[in-house]
Amino acid sequence: MNYQEYIRELTAAADSPKAAILASCKKNGKRAVGWVAPYAPEEIIYAAGCIPVGLWGGEAELKKARTYLPPFACSIMQSIMEFEANGTYDDIISAVVIPAPCDTLKCFGQKWKGKCPAVRFVHPQNRHVPGANEFLVAEYEHVRKCLREILGAAITDEELSDAIRLYNDYRFAMRTFTHVASEHLDVITPVVRHKIIKASFFMDKKDYLQLINGLITELRKQPRNQWSGRKVVITGITFEPEALLKVFEDYNVAVVADDIAQESRQFRTDVPFYGTPMQSLAKQWQIHEACSLAFDANKRRVEYLTELVRANDADGLVIGLMKFCDPEEYDVPIIMQACEKAGIPLLNIEIDQQAAGVGQNRTRIQAFVETMA
Amino acid sequence: MGEIINESMTSREMLDILVSKNMEDARQAKKDGKLVCWSSSIAPCEFCETMGIYTVYPENHVVGIAARRGAPELLEYAERKGYANDICGYARANLAYMDVQKCVSEEMPLPDLVMYCNNICETLVKWYENIAYTLNIPCLVIDVPFNHEDEISQANVDYVKKQFGTVIGQLENITGKPFDYDRFQEVMKIASQNANDWYDATMLCSAVPSPLSGFDMFNYMALIVCMRGRKECGMTFRKLKEELEGMIARGECGMKKAEEKYRIMWDGIACWPYLSHTYKVLRDQGVNMTGSTYPSAWALRYTPGNLEEMARAYTGMGNNLSLKGQTDLRKGIIRDTKCDGVIMHMNRSCKMCDFLQHEIGQELSSSLGVPITTFDGDQADPRNYSKAQYETRIEALVEMMAEQKGE
Repeated sequence: MNYQEYIRELTAAADSPKAAILASCKKNGKRAVGWVAPYAPEEIIYAAGCIPVGLWGGEAELKKARTYLPPFACSIMQSIMEFEANGTYDDIISAVVIPAPCDTLKCFGQKWKGKCPAVRFVHPQNRHVPGANEFLVAEYEHVRKCLREILGAAITDEELSDAIRLYNDYRFAMRTFTHVASEHLDVITPVVRHKIIKASFFMDKKDYLQLINGLITELRKQPRNQWSGRKVVITGITFEPEALLKVFEDYNVAVVADDIAQESRQFRTDVPFYGTPMQSLAKQWQIHEACSLAFDANKRRVEYLTELVRANDADGLVIGLMKFCDPEEYDVPIIMQACEKAGIPLLNIEIDQQAAGVGQNRTRIQAFVETMA
Repeated sequence: MGEIINESMTSREMLDILVSKNMEDARQAKKDGKLVCWSSSIAPCEFCETMGIYTVYPENHVVGIAARRGAPELLEYAERKGYANDICGYARANLAYMDVQKCVSEEMPLPDLVMYCNNICETLVKWYENIAYTLNIPCLVIDVPFNHEDEISQANVDYVKKQFGTVIGQLENITGKPFDYDRFQEVMKIASQNANDWYDATMLCSAVPSPLSGFDMFNYMALIVCMRGRKECGMTFRKLKEELEGMIARGECGMKKAEEKYRIMWDGIACWPYLSHTYKVLRDQGVNMTGSTYPSAWALRYTPGNLEEMARAYTGMGNNLSLKGQTDLRKGIIRDTKCDGVIMHMNRSCKMCDFLQHEIGQELSSSLGVPITTFDGDQADPRNYSKAQYETRIEALVEMMAEQKGE
């Protein structure tokens, strides 16, 4: 396959999640298990012989969700609520795993309206104290126990270790991909980049890994640095709807690196070797840094972002601020200060998955591009 | 401080003296170069109290500002700084205050350390992260993971208990003094006694008519928030209890110049910028707030010295419970305080208070048959409240309650 074919296959999966998931299930003789954004121990699902499917909302017309959530819940949760209530997930997933890193998700896990059973867990926030690892191991053991009961799967430690190895390979490949992509910005446009990364939520990771590694190999055969437009780093929870990324393309702006929860934050931190497989999985959360969702009184995310801009020779930083997302919103003033101090042009765009059009954001992006000139 | 209140005072007099003295002491301590801590409202006060660290409470401070209509300028300042206007109003006002150090209420000294316990909400995690980062001061954390299942897990209790040890070590480092375990034992005794005294006094609103209006209880709350580790706190609540028992004996109602015709549970935080409006609309129709989640919120009961029980008490606080736990808590309140209806505050500032309201409401009306109304408001931001909407909703609730009573 040449690089265009790889791109076509991956972006097609992102464009049609349901078809991609069902095809991957059929091909591998597996069932799918959903997990709600932003973080879940996918390895446990994978070790259960299932395909983990990341639920990150999407464009949806809110009808039923309006009954269950006030309008000031973030749009990802509004969309997922709509999908779970209108049956979108029913014939796809056999169970769903729901984390609780914010008030919205704490409540959300208690009110799943889909047909399949929900498994809830919570990450510790005091991540560096004695007891944090044990607590998260207990939470993950709870997930394992529930999934065993629901799916009738064994989920042995050996299966878990295998899953961790595969996922670490996937993470490594993704970090490589984002790097290689930054050298081929003419091909890997913002929309394409987003779709390629997103496709990993809708297929067996071992199949995805083959595709992404194939793409990396083919991309490397192409001439590098053919890009003459502007380059930005993006940060936030998600940068959907896609139309927003398309506006960047319209103004000749490429995404050179990201700190998006749906994208790089998923694969930034490997699962280290740390005792048992469960202890290792738990340790990953403890060493996961520079994320708005993981407590850090040093707020290393701020430095991480300015450094990401510099290291990638980017022209500016764009915050895709998920509307009504507390963890992200609290970081904004501090990121603003840091960018001002570092002389980094900054644009703050509101993210609403249900937004009908890009509207004002087009004007703002255009103005921002001019300031970077 | 023991001498500044005495048994000849009313509980209200004691309350006013103690609350202002607490802030005054903290300001003086700051001037004298002593340590001041900012703490979340239901964090374990026992540790800082043991170490003689003056503790003040931003949530309580903002309440004072909001009730005096002084929140808007702070909220606008925070928004200009980049804080989205849907962030908790307490947090926005406090983060602004941290910068400007000026408000319409009492001035609160800047902290040398902060401490939060996320048993009430997760927004504290980010709020305190920002304070600690901005002021470059230590952030002490008691992380109590959300009880997503109906039972409090042993792993949760173990993790919370272990953090007590971490906090003790941090305080020893910060103060340069060894932790005083004898004093700790004494403080735990006082704090748990105060928790009982608070609960015993505020639960007297179960009497018919209730000798205490829930809105008066809101005033007393300042004391249980700010001085739970001091013996004067319990003294005040024992006095309050005595006064309320006297009123019960005389058959007096806590609402002034009104007869108690209906009793309701108030679900959520008070709408401080419109406290008086929310009260008067109810009083004018003979509605007394007898039930709320506040009495139990600080009923942090444990055997002094038993850290396991203490951990369980802090992680088992109402907001940190599963949907069933939160619903059962409210069923108990409605029964115990004999409520005829429920008012739910759809509080723009508090996602934790709001996002289970639909499910809780459905269960309360189907199992207890109580009429429920909701209104839009905010604990600090006056922009999110409409007098007209509140009046209409209360009117409708009264009609439903009247109908149920066969009037």
